[in-house]
Amino acid sequence: MNGSGSRTIKVDTLARVEGEGALYIKMAGERVTDVKLRIYEPPRLFEAFLRGRHYSEAPDITARICGICPIAYQMSAVHAIERALGIKIDPAVRLLRRLFYCGEWIESHALHVYMLHAPDFLGYPDVIEMAKDHRAVVEKALRLKKIGNSIVHLLGGREIHPISAAVGGFHKTPSKRQLKELISDLEWGLEASLEAVHWTSTLQFPDFEQDYEFVALRHPDEYPFNEGRLVSNRGLDIDAAEYEDRFVELHVKHSNALHSVIRGRGSYLVGPLARFNLNFDKLPEVAQKAALEAGLKPPVKNLFRSITVRAVELVFAFAEALRVIREYEPPSAPRAIVPDRAGVGQAITEAPRGILYHRYAVDEKGLIVTAKIIPPTSQNQRRIEDDLREYAAQLAAWPLEEATWKCEQAVRCYDPCISCATHFLKVEIDRE
Amino acid sequence: MSSETKSKSSSPSKRPRIGVFKFASCDGCQLSLLDAEDELLSVVGAVEIAYFPEASRTMLKGPYDIGLVEGSITTHHDAERIQEVRRKCKTLITIGACATAGGIQALRNWKDVDEFVRVVYASPQFISTLKLSTPIGEHVPVDFELRGCPINKYQLIELITATLAGRKPNVPTYSVCMECKRKENVCIAVARGVPCLGPVTQAGCGALCPSYDRGCYGCYGPMETPNTASLTSQFRILGQSDEQVSRAFRSFNAWAWPFRKASEECERA
Repeated sequence: MNGSGSRTIKVDTLARVEGEGALYIKMAGERVTDVKLRIYEPPRLFEAFLRGRHYSEAPDITARICGICPIAYQMSAVHAIERALGIKIDPAVRLLRRLFYCGEWIESHALHVYMLHAPDFLGYPDVIEMAKDHRAVVEKALRLKKIGNSIVHLLGGREIHPISAAVGGFHKTPSKRQLKELISDLEWGLEASLEAVHWTSTLQFPDFEQDYEFVALRHPDEYPFNEGRLVSNRGLDIDAAEYEDRFVELHVKHSNALHSVIRGRGSYLVGPLARFNLNFDKLPEVAQKAALEAGLKPPVKNLFRSITVRAVELVFAFAEALRVIREYEPPSAPRAIVPDRAGVGQAITEAPRGILYHRYAVDEKGLIVTAKIIPPTSQNQRRIEDDLREYAAQLAAWPLEEATWKCEQAVRCYDPCISCATHFLKVEIDRE
Repeated sequence: MSSETKSKSSSPSKRPRIGVFKFASCDGCQLSLLDAEDELLSVVGAVEIAYFPEASRTMLKGPYDIGLVEGSITTHHDAERIQEVRRKCKTLITIGACATAGGIQALRNWKDVDEFVRVVYASPQFISTLKLSTPIGEHVPVDFELRGCPINKYQLIELITATLAGRKPNVPTYSVCMECKRKENVCIAVARGVPCLGPVTQAGCGALCPSYDRGCYGCYGPMETPNTASLTSQFRILGQSDEQVSRAFRSFNAWAWPFRKASEECERA
């Protein structure tokens, strides 16, 4: 089409993302002159109203930032507060928290891979239309998702805003017998997710590789959930306590979510692709083999392939859940209880969409003095805009409607969670 | 945005049309619909999902037979948008604590919101927000309010089914205590002295927290005619300070009138 003219790509309400956002791209010929991922999700001001609350309330309150990944919020909150109070957790509690996170990753990745992302590759507006032609695939997706939810349900009482996570451990821990009841479903899930890796690898991917700085946790013995140093492919290697020295949040006018950048370097990428590229060696053999057979060899630099990377992480999560259940012996007490004391603690955990940073300062009565929360989507925001600047230029000759849909798809690769980042998505391409 | 879709535009449907609308919230209540894994494909077979941006690019214009509204009103823009949503929906149902009570973000209602914005944002002048976070019912008439943070997906399916059948939904308004007794839980407040909001909180969760060895924290909001004064004195007997009692009432349903009154009374005490 008008390759030499100017145009605007715009999407007023980005669909199949969590929360409310819009995308605006202004172009002059093949040159992109402006990209704005506009997040208009209303601000909810969590960091302000956490002040004066007791630390024990933080896991329940911060869970409400996001209905898709409440466990991530609960995990970052409890670890940061445990660090502030000097609490050591029981190894059995640590195992259960890994299992809890497996549940959330399975539920969230199954939702994104099949119900939010796959329709883009197959040309449907949504999973409901997709189900008319691919009913078996959708039924499998729903079962996978349900198994993830059943882990969360068992450990936390319900799928959304579970009630059992606590500073020091859990309010109540399950018996070995209760966990063993999950095994047959998890074994089915492991097989089904191996099929998901293969199935997603047969989709058509645009040729779009970028030179990303990948940022993820790294742990000496395991694929990361709750613990590890924060590393990147460009030499970053820090403890959570150093996070705010190395990363800075910028407030831009067009967004109610703050943009996070690495000081002196700029945008970076968090999430499944970053974790996979930085921790491939820590994946269980079954997941490594499936990834290699699907043509994924780190570093994977094509964001569109993140659908398959999520499927690989599904394989990991099922294998890990089975491992935990086989090793589990109930802790002597569900949680460690310590007297209130003053302190400051930081923690980073791996939410399904990438690293989630929390910092709390508490006073001698256990009341929160200050809180800081940096969700994965606000960290990816700048990188999403950088990607679109490149991608929209590649699509300059495409008809506007198709280019718009493609740009939307690029955003969805990030599985953005805008409720988190402000605590949504419209695409707009302006060709003058 | 609106987008052409290959199959939907060609088949005008007589099925009831549902729209899902989001205001300030965490997305969890609308996710409950996608979390109904066993029922989802039957539900979408019985209705037409005409507007549900979290799940679909297809965004069809109203009117809608049922509008499900999640979230509270916190911006001027949203205060106007809810009027438009109401006009387009025959039956308007609010889902969750944000839409029915203002949500956790209503904690600003007792504070200076400008100061809150300064705490979170470096350039407060870019942020436009109202002083209060208010429930949908304070702005437009609402046909049914479904409680919970988050809602119970089975109650949502019952509510949609009842609305389509034109009957009264079976959503009890008694307290969490009733569910707790039915599960044969030992009362943690009586037996172990754990402060529990169960006696004043509406049922619907299945008495989850007491079943997991902790006191109810009121996420389903006030039951019909709750005796908050009596519970407040019970909390004090258990050794809770006025500040602690006030905080207990002031969480996910803080702006719901009975809880709001109870927390303010503790603050004045």
